[in-house]
Amino acid sequence: MFGNLKGLLMTFKTTLRKPVTAQYPKERLPIEPRRMGFPMLMWDKNVGEPYCTACMVCIRECPTQCMSANMKDNPLQAEGKSARRKIVESFEINIGRCILCGICVDVCNFDAIEMSYETELSTFVRNGRRMDLRELLERGTGWQEQSGWKPKKERQPAKRGPEAEAKVEEPT
Amino acid sequence: MTTDPNEGANTLEMMINMGPQHPSTHGVFRMVLHLDGERVVRVEPHIGYLHRGSEKLSEGESYAQVITLFDRLDYVSNFNNELVFCMAAEKLMSIDVPERAQYIRVILCELNRIASHLLYYGTYGLDTGAITPILYSFRERERIQNLFEAVSGARMMHNFIRIGGLKQDVPEDFRERMDRLLPQLRQGIDECDRLLSHSEIFLARTRGIARISAEDAIRWGMTGPALRASGVLEDVRVTEPYQVYDRFDFDIPAGTMGDCWDRYYVPLEEMRQSLRIIQQAMEQMPDGPVMTTMRRIARPPKGEVYVQAENPRGAIGVYLVSDGSEKPYRVKVRPPSFCNLQALPYLMRDAYVADAVVILGSLDIILGEVDR
Repeated sequence: MFGNLKGLLMTFKTTLRKPVTAQYPKERLPIEPRRMGFPMLMWDKNVGEPYCTACMVCIRECPTQCMSANMKDNPLQAEGKSARRKIVESFEINIGRCILCGICVDVCNFDAIEMSYETELSTFVRNGRRMDLRELLERGTGWQEQSGWKPKKERQPAKRGPEAEAKVEEPT
Repeated sequence: MTTDPNEGANTLEMMINMGPQHPSTHGVFRMVLHLDGERVVRVEPHIGYLHRGSEKLSEGESYAQVITLFDRLDYVSNFNNELVFCMAAEKLMSIDVPERAQYIRVILCELNRIASHLLYYGTYGLDTGAITPILYSFRERERIQNLFEAVSGARMMHNFIRIGGLKQDVPEDFRERMDRLLPQLRQGIDECDRLLSHSEIFLARTRGIARISAEDAIRWGMTGPALRASGVLEDVRVTEPYQVYDRFDFDIPAGTMGDCWDRYYVPLEEMRQSLRIIQQAMEQMPDGPVMTTMRRIARPPKGEVYVQAENPRGAIGVYLVSDGSEKPYRVKVRPPSFCNLQALPYLMRDAYVADAVVILGSLDIILGEVDR
């Protein structure tokens, strides 16, 4: 009998607490800065073109093969406005296949792809939730503004301790 | 003169299918129960409904990609799974992980252990007919997952532990967040304990049900809390310390009777020990890098290695064979809940059919790990 009462006292105490549940569609939890949503492409505002050169590294490293891309010669480079010789012509991410692992962001050498805060899948489309270059850049630009993202070069170097120069362990 | 109405009647065993779509089988697990009246004569477990071929898939993926598959084995303790694969690859490549990374790994793994045990606590309450505990345990679990999101960017399936270290350092407000989180968790666990553990109804459902002796538990190959509930002090963190576990002072909780209540209470006590480990790790954590400098594409030398670690459900082992290429030649996982599940027919013998769910629940299986 005593054990039951102890449990009941516990539930009684809880009635006096504030609720912790957020009423989801109306009320949303704060977004953590590191939150990983679907990958989006970044827009280089200084030049006016995407960062992506369609080098295919992310496509090779993706564990679910959810991306595809094509490359073209950069017209802006011919005009002398951009340093990128090649530029992305088309890029497609199958959002339904993406597992949000963030490997594409890790391997990218050009700061071209980042995990956005976008996590909601449902829209009125019939293409199996594929995003093309236009949509990826649009949402990517939105995220850039929302998160205050900067390319790696402009970011402050990360804090490093005394052991920063760890020994290089090359596998044989 | 009284006569037995069943005398001379030819009674047959009844076969009852439980699962795969049953809320109390914790996933897609099917049991075929053979009943004699209310008693279970024997039980045939059927597994494989969640088989995704993770081990075979690993052979076609690079080492960095395999981590994403390990996230999905035991899908409530992702960090622990990532850690054991990374440890195997690091051993194969003989990489020394920076100390800070090891401490962060331990902190995250212990937090994940608490999150996983809280899920077990909640669902075990549901199995025994108590609906309130899951609300309390998920409230606490949510706090841990919010921290995980701040650290790794994902609430589950983090892909944060990398071969040679971590993806990135913890955020700058990590220490303040932990200082806030730990007392809340401690209080939350105490509340969970008070709510259910000593309730007479719960005790009647679990005390003395499906007892297993220490010798039998070892013989059936059980590990983790299910084995410790029988009184065996076996914990990979203590017997074969990995990472920096040998620097912490903590106890191994153990049961005495090996019944369902002990199997329920050992994880609850383990959460408190995990909090102790986290506290010490937070105090000892040094500064420094979190990743060794190594080639971006991991390519271990030829060889094979077996590494084990203590997951929330028991000892997980990874047998990794490399042929020197950038993809593993073979990845074999020894999943703890699969091995614990083997004792199910033994535990279920002569049990009442009403206890079937209680016994299965006490083993704390995760089907993603059983079927792989």
